[in-house]
Amino acid sequence: MRTPIAYFLLLSGILFALGTMGVLIRKNALLIFMSVELQLNAVNLALVAFSRLHGNLNGQVLAFFSMVVAAAEVVVGLAIIVSVYRRSQSVNVDDARSLRW
Amino acid sequence: MVTSLAAELAPVGNGRALGVLPLLWLVPALPLAAATVNLFLGRRLGRFAGWLAVGAMTGSFAIAVLMVRQLASFGGDERLYVQHLFDWIQVGSFNVDASVRLDALSATMILVVTGIGLLIHIYSMGYMHGDPRYGRFFAYMNLFVFFMLMLVLGANFLILYLGWEGVGLCSYLLIGFWFEKTDNANAAKKAFVTTRIGDTAMLIGIAMIVMKFGTLNFEVVFGTANATLSKGAATTIALLLFAGAVGKSAQVPLHVWLPDAMAGPTPVSALIHAATMVTAGVYLVLRTHVLFEVSGAALVVVTVIGLITMLYAATCALGQDDLKRVLAYSTVSQLGYMFIAAGLRAYALALFMLVAHAFYKGLMFLAAGSVMHGMHEETDMKQMGGLLRRMPLTGATFLIGAISLAAVPPFTGFFAKDAILEVANHTGHQWVYVLGTVGAVISAAYMGRLVFLTLFGRPRTQAAEHAHESPPVMTVPLILLAVGAFALGFVVEQSPEGAFSRWVESALGAVPRGPLGLPTTVLIAIATVVAVGTLIATWVIYASGRVDWMALRVRLAPLQRLFEHGWYIDDYYATVLVAPGKAASGILAYRFDAGFIDGTVNAVGGSTRRLAAVGRKIQTGYVRTYALALFAGAVGILVYVGLRL
Repeated sequence: MRTPIAYFLLLSGILFALGTMGVLIRKNALLIFMSVELQLNAVNLALVAFSRLHGNLNGQVLAFFSMVVAAAEVVVGLAIIVSVYRRSQSVNVDDARSLRW
Repeated sequence: MVTSLAAELAPVGNGRALGVLPLLWLVPALPLAAATVNLFLGRRLGRFAGWLAVGAMTGSFAIAVLMVRQLASFGGDERLYVQHLFDWIQVGSFNVDASVRLDALSATMILVVTGIGLLIHIYSMGYMHGDPRYGRFFAYMNLFVFFMLMLVLGANFLILYLGWEGVGLCSYLLIGFWFEKTDNANAAKKAFVTTRIGDTAMLIGIAMIVMKFGTLNFEVVFGTANATLSKGAATTIALLLFAGAVGKSAQVPLHVWLPDAMAGPTPVSALIHAATMVTAGVYLVLRTHVLFEVSGAALVVVTVIGLITMLYAATCALGQDDLKRVLAYSTVSQLGYMFIAAGLRAYALALFMLVAHAFYKGLMFLAAGSVMHGMHEETDMKQMGGLLRRMPLTGATFLIGAISLAAVPPFTGFFAKDAILEVANHTGHQWVYVLGTVGAVISAAYMGRLVFLTLFGRPRTQAAEHAHESPPVMTVPLILLAVGAFALGFVVEQSPEGAFSRWVESALGAVPRGPLGLPTTVLIAIATVVAVGTLIATWVIYASGRVDWMALRVRLAPLQRLFEHGWYIDDYYATVLVAPGKAASGILAYRFDAGFIDGTVNAVGGSTRRLAAVGRKIQTGYVRTYALALFAGAVGILVYVGLRL
């Protein structure tokens, strides 16, 4: 018997909520980053689940796209974090407020 | 409608054996290929660069000769071959093909361009020997030949214009070839800017042709010009095209660039500023003569401009001390004769004058280069004298060129010039005949002065005393050109009914003849007396030793200075056009641009900053604030979408 779609979506929702909370409450840039990845993977899970439900590959293809985009985003994001760290010896995002004014 | 017309007027290609004609594209392609190789690899090729360029020219010339033989084997009216290379521009109903067109006119031109070009390339191998940019020189020269061939072979106005601008570019590059000297770089700039004035007018003319005819194809435009154009429209178009010709062929009032263009290497002066590029204007008038004839008035303008230029430049040539500047003004003057002939509808004679001039003026420039070579780059005629004995081959060929230009029978120049004056006389243009004869006197005078100051008399300096003959690679082209400058005239039997006129009749129509004026024999006698008499007079002044020409020159100093400075037209342009132009640019650059344009931009930037100074207060700088806003926004949108559903 097939696992109902609801379980997948529930797991996906939990992961997404965890990721969102992480982004909102964490101060360490790397942890925020990891939380963003968690959100992305939650969405990927939902995509694959729907793909299975509908019996076509569209969702899986889209999941691959989002992985590629995530990889590219990691490259840029890590580079920014590294250069911020070099400037201020810190990865605390609150210390990067100097960009404000 | 236009396309069906084009089909109707399409050349008769079927039903006759084309023979070698389909190879026509190779004529311009070979120099282009050599130019490309030399441009990229010229420095590595060393001496081989020259051989490559000469090889390409030889191939091009050989094919051109085959083409012309094939074309000549057809009957008079069938002497036309159009080769479609590829479709270039297709926009709606407007099509431009890349096609080349061979008829009696373009055939004659490609023979001149490749033949004289070949000789000048060979000469350049000697003249440019040891130059650090040897390969680049030949690349530019080959590129020039390619563009010139496209100019004369193009089957529509756009290809012609492509070649037209291309030769202008190569002229610029080659005048400024020794750009380390500021004067040379400035001369190149001046040539480019001055000719561009004419080119712009020409482009407007071509645009008008598109508007009136919907096509640029020569066949259609010339075939339907009579029916399509009103007299006024034809005059406008013809004069706009003629403005281009005035710029390119250095006619008054756009002549000022040519004397300065002598800053380039001498083979460049010979090839571009005597034999080929400057005659492109004449070619343009000949090619579009149908439009000029529909107008009628435009032909009068051509004649008048030609006359003014011819007389003006001849007097200027009389006042120059620089060997090459004499020849430059002489070129301007001779081009004037060609326009006079074209204005009198004697197109075949204009073309013959063009060919003859390519021979004797190309020859004289190369000989002048050889003199400079033997005199350590000296160009002041006052420093020369007695060179005939020290440089016998250069001197003798120089002499032949000068006599030919002075129009002494039976030299080629005589046949060219006399035929034009004869047509003027016989068709009732007596004023053209009289002024033309006056011009002939001045031409013979400056040529006599040139020859007697450089070749005869005693050497006036050490350099002249020890001048040496140039190597054979330079003298052999001189000899070949001298043969043409001497014999071409009576070989092709130039006269209004002669063989040359018959050969180009299919493309340019018959030379007009009239019942008026003096008998031909009397005209020939007058021309002979004029030329020989003037030469003898200059001999008395400059070489016999009986007249102190330096004293004479001092006594006539104001006149001499007027001629030497080209009637101060350059200075006039400097005060009337250049100075206000510079002042206006200054105002635009420092007042308008820095004040108004930059001021507007700065004001926009400044007000944005002030606005932002208020807005940025709401930024916290905490990432989580932004993330929360993002999240809240996303939830908000979802809720909204959910409620809507």
